[in-house]
Amino acid sequence: MKVSGKVFKYGDNIDTDVIIPARHLTSADPEHLKEHCMEDIDKSFKDRVKPGDIMVAGKNFGCGSSREHAPVAIKASGISLVIANDFARIFYRNSINVGLPILECPEAAAGIKEGDEVEADFDTGVITDKTTGESFQAKAFPEFIKNIMASGGLVGYTESELRV
Amino acid sequence: MPMTMTQKILADHAGLDSVAPGDLIEAKLDYVLGNDVTTPPAIKVFEKLGVKEVFDKDRVLLIGDHFTPNKDIKSAELNKTMRCFAREQEITHYYELGRKEMGIEHVIIPDNGIVLPGDLVIGADSHTCTYGALGSFATGVGSTDLACAMARGVTWFKVPEAIRVNLNGSFKKFVTGKDLILNIIGKIGVDGALYKSLEFGGEDISALSMDQRLTVCNMAIECGAKNGIFPVDNCTLEYISKTNPGRFNKNGYKVYTADEDAVYSDVLNINLDDIDLTVALPHLPSNTKKASECSDLKIDQVVIGSCTNGRLEDIGTAAAIFKGLKVHKDVRCIVIPGSQRVYRQALDNGWLQILDDAGCVISTPTCGPCLGGHMGVLAKGERCVSTTNRNFVGRMGDVDSEVILSGVPVAAASAVLGRVGTPDEL
Repeated sequence: MKVSGKVFKYGDNIDTDVIIPARHLTSADPEHLKEHCMEDIDKSFKDRVKPGDIMVAGKNFGCGSSREHAPVAIKASGISLVIANDFARIFYRNSINVGLPILECPEAAAGIKEGDEVEADFDTGVITDKTTGESFQAKAFPEFIKNIMASGGLVGYTESELRV
Repeated sequence: MPMTMTQKILADHAGLDSVAPGDLIEAKLDYVLGNDVTTPPAIKVFEKLGVKEVFDKDRVLLIGDHFTPNKDIKSAELNKTMRCFAREQEITHYYELGRKEMGIEHVIIPDNGIVLPGDLVIGADSHTCTYGALGSFATGVGSTDLACAMARGVTWFKVPEAIRVNLNGSFKKFVTGKDLILNIIGKIGVDGALYKSLEFGGEDISALSMDQRLTVCNMAIECGAKNGIFPVDNCTLEYISKTNPGRFNKNGYKVYTADEDAVYSDVLNINLDDIDLTVALPHLPSNTKKASECSDLKIDQVVIGSCTNGRLEDIGTAAAIFKGLKVHKDVRCIVIPGSQRVYRQALDNGWLQILDDAGCVISTPTCGPCLGGHMGVLAKGERCVSTTNRNFVGRMGDVDSEVILSGVPVAAASAVLGRVGTPDEL
């Protein structure tokens, strides 16, 4: 599966409080959450983002709270993939569970610039910056995550386990 | 193969003789926790799974603390959703506001004697790692993980490697566990322990009371750690003998000890005598500085409370510092006892009277302002010294407000001084 889109680039330690501020957690509705996604560091994000666009950031993306509302908000805003140097562990786990594609790739996180057109292939882990022509190899998903994905996320996986 | 404390707890709960870092395991859970923000989405997933009953009504803990007492209609709906589910499922550990068992989840769960040494706990709240102070493995997850765990009582883990933190020496006057953990985060950074355990040990862990160990483990997440954990010693045993005498007397807990030759990815040797009163300046918990070097920073508000520093010892420390003094005329000081039991004990001890005399406002137990929910949200340009755990952009209110993290002594002294300061200056 391939995705492609324009890049929104952010720095290190993007925390869940800026991805979706706690004042908006009184509803978990994706349509509500996407209206406030990234608003504390990038007010115009919600108006500029288009379906398929890609988020690229530095170290420790998604640090802070365990709120699943954060990956849900990013996914609902239309972002098709988040590429980062690395992810905070609860965010990483939540993203997989709710089906927000994420790739760890320090080289891509450093090399790709705001506004670049980027394409990524989930099967091979290859990320291509179509603006510069550069390509990067991301770490592929480990086997167990592929299994969860194959079951359509953690819910599907648990459903199949419960049936046994 | 030698193992750390964390690895031993995970191995036992997975029914394995041993595990190694990187192993993927499915482990049995002793407790599964959710709050008023994370449980309602989990209930939706739970219903979608078509499961009728939670795996064990005594082992699912549902605590409404983030936006309670309900701050608005939407949060009232969240709490109603959780309450209905708790009643329908006959959840044992669901409490209404004001009951002696009720309060902030990470304050009441240890204090009510629910989690004991050797337990394995997940919670849909990042500060679930608090319970490592009792020698248990506890870590935060999201709502989907919570839902699936409520259904099956198991979840998957990747076995973490560990950073060993050796504590030696003793604290200087007024220095507490909060200063210790802020120093560690300042040293290794907000991603310094990413995916790893923070395992405490060394000659002098006894320098930290249980309340302080809970503070230290609470903030393990702020350096990216999967969990923080203390070995079980006399302090732990004395604590659990009071919080859960029934299980204590029946030996209903298990003490795990790291192997002598356990492998650590890194070892930090910390001399407690070297730790100074510390603050974390905006906007990361790792942005630490000596409190004494920040006396030019004027403040508008002080918050003393939260799952990090809302315990009995914290309220007692605040009262001892405020005794006979007044909150600065330009400062609001909000004190939030972490639980109804802490509130009552502080009342019985005369501490609330001292705080009231000083001009503090005393709130019902709630997470409230820590996450910018209610009961002390900041306006544009305002600055707050807070004993909470995060100082991210907009955490306590407006994106142009500032939170400075500290322990209780610095927070109380700052409230009196109207600027960042230390108790020595009073």
